[in-house]
Amino acid sequence: MAQTQIKQARAAWGFLSLSLLHLAAFAIYPILFSFFISLYHWNILDDHRRFVGFANYLFSLKEPTFLNALWNSCLFTALSVPLGLAAGLLAAILVAQPLRGITVFRAIFYIPAISSGVATSIMWIYIYLPTNGLINTVLGWLHINNATDFLHDARFAMLSLVFMSIVTGLGPRMVLYLSGIMAIPPSLYEAASIDGATGWTSFKKITLPMLTPTTLFVVVTSTIGAMQLFTPVYMMTQGGPEGKTDVIGYHIYTDAWQNFATGLASAKSFILLAAILLISLVQFKMVKSGLEGYGA
Amino acid sequence: MGPNVNAPSSGMKTSRNPSSSLGTKGMVPKAVFKKVCSYAALLLISAFMMAPFVWMVLVSLHKPQSPIPTLSHLVPPRPHLSNYPKVLLNPNLPVSRFFFNSVFVSAAVVFGQLFVSSLAAYALSRHRFKGRSTVFFLFIVTMMFGSTVTQIPVYLMLQNLHWLNTYFALIVPGLSSAFTIFLLRQAFLSIPFELDEAAKLDGAGEMKIFWQVVIPLSRAALATAATFTFIGSWTDFFGPLLYTNSTRMRTLEVGLSIYHSAYGGNNWPLEMAASVIVMMPLLLVFLFGQKFFTKGISLGAIK
Repeated sequence: MAQTQIKQARAAWGFLSLSLLHLAAFAIYPILFSFFISLYHWNILDDHRRFVGFANYLFSLKEPTFLNALWNSCLFTALSVPLGLAAGLLAAILVAQPLRGITVFRAIFYIPAISSGVATSIMWIYIYLPTNGLINTVLGWLHINNATDFLHDARFAMLSLVFMSIVTGLGPRMVLYLSGIMAIPPSLYEAASIDGATGWTSFKKITLPMLTPTTLFVVVTSTIGAMQLFTPVYMMTQGGPEGKTDVIGYHIYTDAWQNFATGLASAKSFILLAAILLISLVQFKMVKSGLEGYGA
Repeated sequence: MGPNVNAPSSGMKTSRNPSSSLGTKGMVPKAVFKKVCSYAALLLISAFMMAPFVWMVLVSLHKPQSPIPTLSHLVPPRPHLSNYPKVLLNPNLPVSRFFFNSVFVSAAVVFGQLFVSSLAAYALSRHRFKGRSTVFFLFIVTMMFGSTVTQIPVYLMLQNLHWLNTYFALIVPGLSSAFTIFLLRQAFLSIPFELDEAAKLDGAGEMKIFWQVVIPLSRAALATAATFTFIGSWTDFFGPLLYTNSTRMRTLEVGLSIYHSAYGGNNWPLEMAASVIVMMPLLLVFLFGQKFFTKGISLGAIK
């Protein structure tokens, strides 16, 4: 018996070897090495490095542009995650209905999510154009003062990115919620309707609590994605106007590859990581207590 | 105008709706109202989702360097299909080379990643051994670390290997993915273990069980993973942006951003044509893989 166990283990490690090697080379080693780099004052170009301990971390936390980027990322996350979640849930409820041709609608709702990030950004630059852009055209129909340059107006640039992320992220969130809704046993609703609970009550008492695991998954993964936003900022705003859209993902990129502050950029990426972990933990706690609030 | 008029009747199955074929006549008004509202919402959102793409295609058919059209002039009087060859054969940017790079890299990543990840998923679903949960945990945790943390060390590593500006830099980092391992593991777990036992009694070894039992029974999951991996690789921007700098080694995604900065919003028809060229393969793969695709993304949510 022990013989077969050893044999099994040996086979298992054999099957795992390639992906473990990959994991070691492209995840574990880079993460450890990144931490090592973060303790040095280092410019990647001249290869001269000096050990500075946690000075990069202390410097980052006092650097106004970094704090601004941290704030912007938190703002983007705080807006795009709950709104994106609500939009995804509403879309899922809509397409969960047994209507004719519903699968076609599901596919259409998903299409923006499979698009190339660069092509999508180019498209949305065009959508937000001050003259003859799609949004300004629609606003013109509503007789709202048009010709707003959304991406270059400090009041609207961040909101424009949030709106775009809700539309492009709708598909995956919808599909996740859809499978969650489909998994709720119909008998629960039948029992509730016998007790006189329909519509909003059954949604609040049955649908939402039953969807808690899905919500947690959507919230945590969306947050991780939102905190590392890069491509739309790189393509559409380059952090402007007035640093209003300078999010951490973009800020670290410019530090690493334009200012060549290699050590500093690594330290900042670890601060970002800590922030993501902290937020995820809070979310776990919040969703859990939310569930208890429903008496589930 | 009943709601059914608007519904596409392309042979879609509505097995969950026994009443749909009866039409709306026999229904209570409230249900009809709800149905009409639902279709109105569905059509409105669909229009909103599709409008940018329709716009993109229509603008790509305008005369090069024509001004931004107003909505009433959106449909070009004469479609300039010649914009497409113009983009592909651009004398200053090797767009057709970008296209080749993207096809080659994505194909290599799809096959490599499916092979490497399915081996790992097999071990994680079929074997009991010390450290299994640790390995699984490691894969999941590294999913949380995006390229933000690893970008500099990976760059330095590729530099030391003299892989910058080579296909290795574009392919090797994508050869394994925690997400794909996770997805395939879920699928492999659903294959009855009795089949393994039966094959073992027939004298089949591990590799034989893997290739001839587990893999053939996981076609849907493999198709899902392939669709995801293809889209991920085709649209990867950060990796190729950092790990290549010669124009000839760029992929289509980075090439498009170069194209955009080269023309800087002065030649929308050509820029939109370039965007359509990048998007087309994605839409085709999505249309073919759609059935598996939506299934796969919900698999990922099951813990």
